[in-house]
Amino acid sequence: MSEKEIKNLEQIFEARIARDEKIEPKDWMPEKYRQTHIRQISQHAHSEVVGMLPEGNWITRAPSLRRKAALLAKIQDEAGHGLYLYSACETLGISRDELYEQLHSGKAKYSSIFNYPTITWADMGAIGWLVDGAAIINQVPLCNTSFGPYARAMVRVCKEESFHQRQGYEIMLTLCRGSEEQKAMAQDALNRWWWPSLMMLGPTDAESVHTEQSMKWKLKRKSNDELRQQFIDQTVPQAELIGLTIPDPDLKFNKETGHYDFGEIDWDEFWQVVKGHGPCNKERMSARVNAWNNGEWVRDAAMAHAEKNEKRKVAKAS
Amino acid sequence: MKKNWPLWEIFVRSKNGLEHRHFGSLHAADAEMAMENARDVYTRRNEGVSIWVVESKYITASNPEHNGEMFEPAQDKVYRHPTFYDLPDEVKHM
Repeated sequence: MSEKEIKNLEQIFEARIARDEKIEPKDWMPEKYRQTHIRQISQHAHSEVVGMLPEGNWITRAPSLRRKAALLAKIQDEAGHGLYLYSACETLGISRDELYEQLHSGKAKYSSIFNYPTITWADMGAIGWLVDGAAIINQVPLCNTSFGPYARAMVRVCKEESFHQRQGYEIMLTLCRGSEEQKAMAQDALNRWWWPSLMMLGPTDAESVHTEQSMKWKLKRKSNDELRQQFIDQTVPQAELIGLTIPDPDLKFNKETGHYDFGEIDWDEFWQVVKGHGPCNKERMSARVNAWNNGEWVRDAAMAHAEKNEKRKVAKAS
Repeated sequence: MKKNWPLWEIFVRSKNGLEHRHFGSLHAADAEMAMENARDVYTRRNEGVSIWVVESKYITASNPEHNGEMFEPAQDKVYRHPTFYDLPDEVKHM
């Protein structure tokens, strides 16, 4: 194809998206669209999968059977969300093995919030309430994104996500109604998860390199700063309701704007964690890589079993 | 040579009376495993009463680049639609 022909195809393509048409896997698409989507969808899938690890830490120590069943169901949902997203990503012509390889080698990123440790039961509450809360704010606009398989996966994910946030908030609520120690545990978890949750919505608009192109392709409908403001505005009253204090001395409702003003985010910390120097980056990756490597013989055995059965079936038929 | 689990397409009937609809795909070693995984991945909240699994390689798809010759011939056949036919207003229901 000549450069002129490609230019022409690109114009038709951009016009389709502008008209709110969906792009499906076998449609022609610019290479950059394909690569950007592989990067974002896989990063999203990896985040779901790595996100199971900090919670898995508490399954055996959940305080009641009710909490344990709910936590297990939440983690199982996250495995499911990872699978929906990997499948959507594979329609762009990359294999599951390549995707895992990118995660395990560190080439692909996942949400840096999962590199923080979960040291008390209250962290299960804070993660559901704050981390899933921030994730929902990120994900809801993606239900209308331009790439069909991604949009369809997000519709399913969003439907399931609200239980995650509610179970987390309920954990916090219960702790806040408990003893002084329990309430202090909830406050401590909020103190540790608040700032990383704000960072989860991405670098400030001035620093964000992908925003403009992503807006055009409807991979983003609102900027990182707008999403962050939305998250803060909705979360602060929820904290007040259960008697918790947001760990930000500069947080104040601004009557003029109708939004909360908030303090400076420590972006150095964010970039340190993204670059692999968070408290648990190594632990998370080694858990993933070990699970994959130690499971290899199981995958091979299942394949061998399937092939043997297939041969038997053929032999029987002949 | 190492073999990876093949890809399967999953179709779910959400309730009797409705057709099976494409829900997504997953990897599994064989049909039985694809069925078990489909149940766990796509019907955790009573989304279905019946599941079909089909190995993806058996699906033949039309090529969107040929959509012109494939689908456009139907566009100029307005006489396939009821509104093409002029009837007197007195005929109420037809």
